[in-house]
Amino acid sequence: MRDEAQHSPTATARPAPDPSVMIAMRNVAKSFGPKNVLVDVSLEAPRGQSVVIIGGSGTGKSVTIKSIIGLLEPDAGEIWVDGVRVDRRKRGDALLARFGMLFQGGALFDSLPVWENVAFRLRQDKTKTAADCKEIAVEKLRRVGLKPETADLFPAELSGGMQKRVGVARAIAADPEIIFFDEPTTGLDPIMSGVINELIRELVVEIGATAMTITHDMSSVRAIADRVAMLHEGVIQWEGPVSEIDSTLNPYVRQFVQGLAEGPIEAVR
Amino acid sequence: MISLVLGIFAGIGATILGLARFTGHAFVFAGSAVSHIFRPPFFPGEVLRQFMKIGYYSLPVVGMTALFTGAVLALQIYIGGSRFNAESAVASIVAIGITRELGPVLAGLMVAGRVSSAIAAEIATMRVTEQIDALVTLSTNPIKYLVTPRVVAATLALPLLVAVADSIGILGGFLIGVERLDFNAATYIRNTTEFLQLADITSGLWKAAVFGFIIALMGCYHGYYSGRGAQGVGRATTNAVVSASILILASNYVLTELFFSA
Repeated sequence: MRDEAQHSPTATARPAPDPSVMIAMRNVAKSFGPKNVLVDVSLEAPRGQSVVIIGGSGTGKSVTIKSIIGLLEPDAGEIWVDGVRVDRRKRGDALLARFGMLFQGGALFDSLPVWENVAFRLRQDKTKTAADCKEIAVEKLRRVGLKPETADLFPAELSGGMQKRVGVARAIAADPEIIFFDEPTTGLDPIMSGVINELIRELVVEIGATAMTITHDMSSVRAIADRVAMLHEGVIQWEGPVSEIDSTLNPYVRQFVQGLAEGPIEAVR
Repeated sequence: MISLVLGIFAGIGATILGLARFTGHAFVFAGSAVSHIFRPPFFPGEVLRQFMKIGYYSLPVVGMTALFTGAVLALQIYIGGSRFNAESAVASIVAIGITRELGPVLAGLMVAGRVSSAIAAEIATMRVTEQIDALVTLSTNPIKYLVTPRVVAATLALPLLVAVADSIGILGGFLIGVERLDFNAATYIRNTTEFLQLADITSGLWKAAVFGFIIALMGCYHGYYSGRGAQGVGRATTNAVVSASILILASNYVLTELFFSA
């Protein structure tokens, strides 16, 4: 049984993370009813780097990201964003404006055309006209490999892959400092996966954004990650630079990277 | 035997607790939706869009319902009234019956079936496909963006729909009265206007506003707190229509007591 006092925010008045760390999770736990999804997750995302979380389905990768962004409240532990502890309070507009998020299924708003989806946050800025917003939206669509004609279509008129790319365009529309990608290449063909991988890399290298990505796609991991964390049974089992992912002796990582049925991760869950 | 009795009491207790939980939850939800009416940012475009969806596109179904209800009402009152020589009351009773009760209640129930289910399905799908989470990450309060515009639009649209339903219902009665029952057209119109009071019409319109609020609120509430998957969406839709219909009928009684008792 976990020692609650150890994870209590009042009992652990630990100092803020190093300024080079953009996101820090310390001993984060989250349960849904009797199911402990996150047991003790400690993870850091250095500023301007791309961290990729790998792990099997249902191991809590999405819960990890949703806890950081404020969609879920952790039961215990600390979450820090840019030196500010955020786990016990509602994320304000100022903080949310620094985030961009690509959801697994795109999560586009069906009732709005593509350009209004992409420019949704921009349109809240009353100093920008609709024409300005559309122009920016079209430019972001171009960056993810979509033609300007796509802007006036509705999400239901797009293929799954196109919806995903619109989701990426929306995530980067307001030039966020921190971007979360939930399965960015799932459902895309290899060429378009390459385009999205390149885009994520570009955002990190050129703009200096901090990216946190969840993926099962190992080619994507190799293309976009600076650091990799392996989540299994609610705990980060391994964390290290992407260059070490093939040489590590950690049995969880070895099984996952090599796609082996035999190993410490049970194939049937 | 004892376990059976205990089981029955446990079931009754669970139902009462569930009802109390739903009532409290729905009140808090309604309070939140109403509070956002007065707090910026506002989404007038969304209100207009919902007004069209809820009000304008419900016109055919409400109009048809009112037309046939007025026609049947005229026929029934004529047949029933002829038993005690009260055939001449057809016009006045149709007008009073439609404006006070049948217009608002039937329009409310028809719109509950059409709109409450659609709202619940739409918002539940948004929940399931993470669109509501996406709104939060885009610094937009989902209650403000999704619920408040629908509640405002339905509360404003229903009285207008009922005004149309009242007119068409009375017209239905007039057509049957004149064409089928051989009333003189001028006499029918005079009997309609002579006994109809302003309070008959306004009470129906106030009822309609309350019904509109209930319809949108139940659709939004059940959609917002829907379960996962297609089953969750289906359950949300059913619950929205059932709860909206029951609340319309129950609140209709309360409002009638308020308007016309004593």
